[in-house]
Amino acid sequence: MNNGSAWLPEQASTLAPEIDALFYFVKWVSLVIFVGVVAAMLYFMFKYRRRDAAERPVPVKESKLIEISWVVVPTILVLIVFVWGFQGFIKLNVAPPEAYQITVRAKKWLWEFEYPNGTTTVGEVHVPVGRPVRLNMSSEDVLHSFFVPAFRVKHDVLPNRYTSVWFEATRADTFQVFCTEYCGTQHSGMLAKVIVHPEAEFREWLNSGGGNFDEMPLPEYGAILYQQQSCNACHSIDGSSGVGPTFQGLYGAERRFADGSTAVADDNYIRESILQPQARIVEGYPGVMPASYGSLNERQLSALIAFIQQQQ
Amino acid sequence: MSATAKATAAPAAHQGASYNYLNHDKSVWSWLSTVDHKRIGVMYAFTLAIVFLVAGVLAILVRTELYAPGETIMGPDAYNQTFTLHGIMMVFLFLVPSIPAILGNFVLPIQLGAKDVAFPRLNLASYYIYLIGGVLVVSAIIFGQVDTGWTFYTPYSSDGGSAVIFMTLAIFIAGFSSILTGINFIVTIHKMRAPGMTWNRLPLFVWGLYATSIVQVLATPVIGITMLLLLLERVLGIGIFDPALGGDPILFQHFFWFYSHPAVYIMILPAFGIISELIATFSRQRIYGYKAIALSSVAIAMLGFLVWGHHMFVSGQSAVSAVIFSLITYLIGIPSGIKVFNWVATMYKGSIWLQTPMLYALTFLFLFTIGGLTGIMVGVLAVDVHLHDTYYVVGHFHYVMMGGTVMALLGGLHYWWPKMTGKMYNETAGKIAVALIFIGFNLTFFSQLILGSQGMPRRYYDYIPAYTGLHQVSTIGSYILAAGLFLVLFYLLWSMFKGARAPANPWGAATLEWTHCTSPPDPHNFHHTPLVTRGAYDFHLADEVFGAQSGDGAGDGAHAPARLAGDGRVAEPQ
Ligand code: HEC
Ligand code: HEM
Ligand SMILES: [Cu+2]
Ligand SMILES: [Cu+2]
Repeated sequence: MNNGSAWLPEQASTLAPEIDALFYFVKWVSLVIFVGVVAAMLYFMFKYRRRDAAERPVPVKESKLIEISWVVVPTILVLIVFVWGFQGFIKLNVAPPEAYQITVRAKKWLWEFEYPNGTTTVGEVHVPVGRPVRLNMSSEDVLHSFFVPAFRVKHDVLPNRYTSVWFEATRADTFQVFCTEYCGTQHSGMLAKVIVHPEAEFREWLNSGGGNFDEMPLPEYGAILYQQQSCNACHSIDGSSGVGPTFQGLYGAERRFADGSTAVADDNYIRESILQPQARIVEGYPGVMPASYGSLNERQLSALIAFIQQQQ
Repeated sequence: MSATAKATAAPAAHQGASYNYLNHDKSVWSWLSTVDHKRIGVMYAFTLAIVFLVAGVLAILVRTELYAPGETIMGPDAYNQTFTLHGIMMVFLFLVPSIPAILGNFVLPIQLGAKDVAFPRLNLASYYIYLIGGVLVVSAIIFGQVDTGWTFYTPYSSDGGSAVIFMTLAIFIAGFSSILTGINFIVTIHKMRAPGMTWNRLPLFVWGLYATSIVQVLATPVIGITMLLLLLERVLGIGIFDPALGGDPILFQHFFWFYSHPAVYIMILPAFGIISELIATFSRQRIYGYKAIALSSVAIAMLGFLVWGHHMFVSGQSAVSAVIFSLITYLIGIPSGIKVFNWVATMYKGSIWLQTPMLYALTFLFLFTIGGLTGIMVGVLAVDVHLHDTYYVVGHFHYVMMGGTVMALLGGLHYWWPKMTGKMYNETAGKIAVALIFIGFNLTFFSQLILGSQGMPRRYYDYIPAYTGLHQVSTIGSYILAAGLFLVLFYLLWSMFKGARAPANPWGAATLEWTHCTSPPDPHNFHHTPLVTRGAYDFHLADEVFGAQSGDGAGDGAHAPARLAGDGRVAEPQ
């Protein structure tokens, strides 16, 4: 929450300042009305407090002027706010035609991003700074919702149609993405990052097919994949049980399966678990691990296995 | 009535109070089979107190889990089921029936000068239907392990098997009890008013219940239709909501909110009614803008059917509908604002007596104003895109539902407690509890407003560490709030056994249940039908309240505020 104000998080998109101005306008007007109401209440409470049980106040005559003013003034205020909010809403909904397009697929409980050249990432989306970006989103299962607080954008992601959000990031940095439509057990773990690059760096990243990890030692690369591919949404590395079994102490241990058979968790077993999760289901767990990891390449698989091996 | 006649009438009234609706028949069966609206109100009070207690404990568990990121006391599935059970119980089993079923049942016929509601047996049937619905709802959640939140959005909810169909069925059954209560109240208000009780003289609580009943009767069937459609989809495989069958999940949201937005008015309109009673009585003033308040309740009830889409600004409904819904949302927000101004204006040049019920009314004004203003904030299209489905919305609806409805219910309960039980609760304990509740409430929910605008999503089991501080404030606040509520439970129960005997009109109020009725009331409410000669809040005409006459002799209102004991409380009549 660096650079944010007391009420709102940091601003990092071109639309954020306008929405914040509107937020603060409503907040200040509300505050004036609220203070007025409470002050009047407290003043009357004190001024007209009952001093004698037999008090019989004279009925107050209703004043047309007062009644009309407290109908008219709020109506005007509300219409101002409505028109202003309406204009902002239109801007949020209409992406500039030249926007850079990224496809987003949501499923329980991860975000997958696909760029025009076919590069895909999971759990993080890379975008260029200073250029409008439009995300075309759909869901493979239930409803989800894509929310980036720093950009002030949010839209539900549906299984039966495409929806979209657009934004133009104003600085190169990393920003949090939340899923804001309840989607089950790991709803709160369905996170992602927006990584904003300067234009040239973004090109380079994209051309390298999503980052250059060729030089990186396997376990380190595995740790990155563990986050990036959202394994962490279901598998912990600290021994606590989540949707799936923890990775701690997994390597080399004997596994029991739902059908009663057992096996030792060696390289081949882990490889199979990732590529064909339904082949053998660990006892006591639902078979909900996504089958979509088949597209991981050999180096990525080795990296994940090396990483799991390290979690003792 | 002459002064001498009054002197003899008063003692007779006390004998009346010792023969009353509570003690004329004490057997358990006489309670379970009663058709007396007062006893049915009391049975609802007990039942709903249990529901509130259970749902409240669940809320404390939710807040405790959120005290720190990661697992604190339970795992993610347990958490999701806990907040779901909390939400469903609070909304459908507690708030929707609450005020009409408890206080409406008890007070409405007496305020009208009637012996009972129009259909006393139907009234008892409503209670049992509610009970069946309630048991079904809770078992559907627990056995179906429902973890969808109280909104049951498809397709998530239909993935989990048939639990959601049982759930809607159960809610519809519970809702049916609201429909019957609604019809009963509408007919009672039209047909059973005492002579002289014109529409313009009706207490505003009656007006609030009237508007509520209209919404109950018109809106509740929608949940039944939704249930039928879910069933058709499941049994016949017709695609209605499920995208896999070619249905549309957004359609479900339309159905859901087409019921549930009006349902928020079912929750708040009776609360408006109570607040009018409390502020008028404890300010001893006519309600400023009586007609505006009465008619705007009915207008809100009608317009309330046209704004459901404001829950769906980012759902994928068309932008044009979003704009129209935003506009109508504002139009309906204005009458609520005007009511607040009217209540504050009622205090002007009044005689303000700060007893516990009035403190709840003032707490209501404070909290409901915040609730309404944050409602305007989330109604602003561009801003709601940021705030939707964050803790800001959670804060907003707790300010209106708990800060509004529950505060009004507590105020009303304290106000009518002497009438219902014939006992006074401890005023000091009452004031301490209000203070705890006020402080606890604001700590709990104001911090949620900030959390939400900072981006914290709702229905999150876990959160990023930056949000920890505000979550801890909220959790600690909820403990203070709970302490206040337990204190209320404790001293109210205490007062039933050890409380001082209540006079007929301890607050010097001017409506029939106080001026013409003993505490607790006679089984038939009145000894003879009252004749109404003035408006509900015409204190300047209410001589019987000030000791000039004692009503029609049935009550001892004459003694009420004329003499005060040392602590400022009305003296016990000798
Ligand atoms: C949606 C939740 C989910 C995600 C995401 C997920 N898994 Fe799993 N995983 C499971 C579940 C549930 C099981 C146990 C059932 C089974 O064996 O299929 C499991 C089992 C496994 C096992 C076997 C564990 C054992 O105890 O024998 C391995 C290895 C594994 N996952 C690796 C991964 C890796 C690597 C990733 C990321 C690339 C990943 N999983 C992503 C849910 C998930
Ligand atoms: C001034 C009047 C009000 C206005 C303008 C208003 C507006 C809104 C809007 C626009 C939303 C949707 C926000 C979102 O989901 O992003 C909302 C949510 C909600 N409001 Fe209000 N509201 C008002 C009063 C009330 C009252 C009186 C109640 C209940 C007693 C209430 C209960 C709720 C509930 C329960 C939700 C959240 C539903 C959910 O998503 O779970 N509101 N309100
Ligand atoms: Cu989610
Ligand atoms: Cu609504």
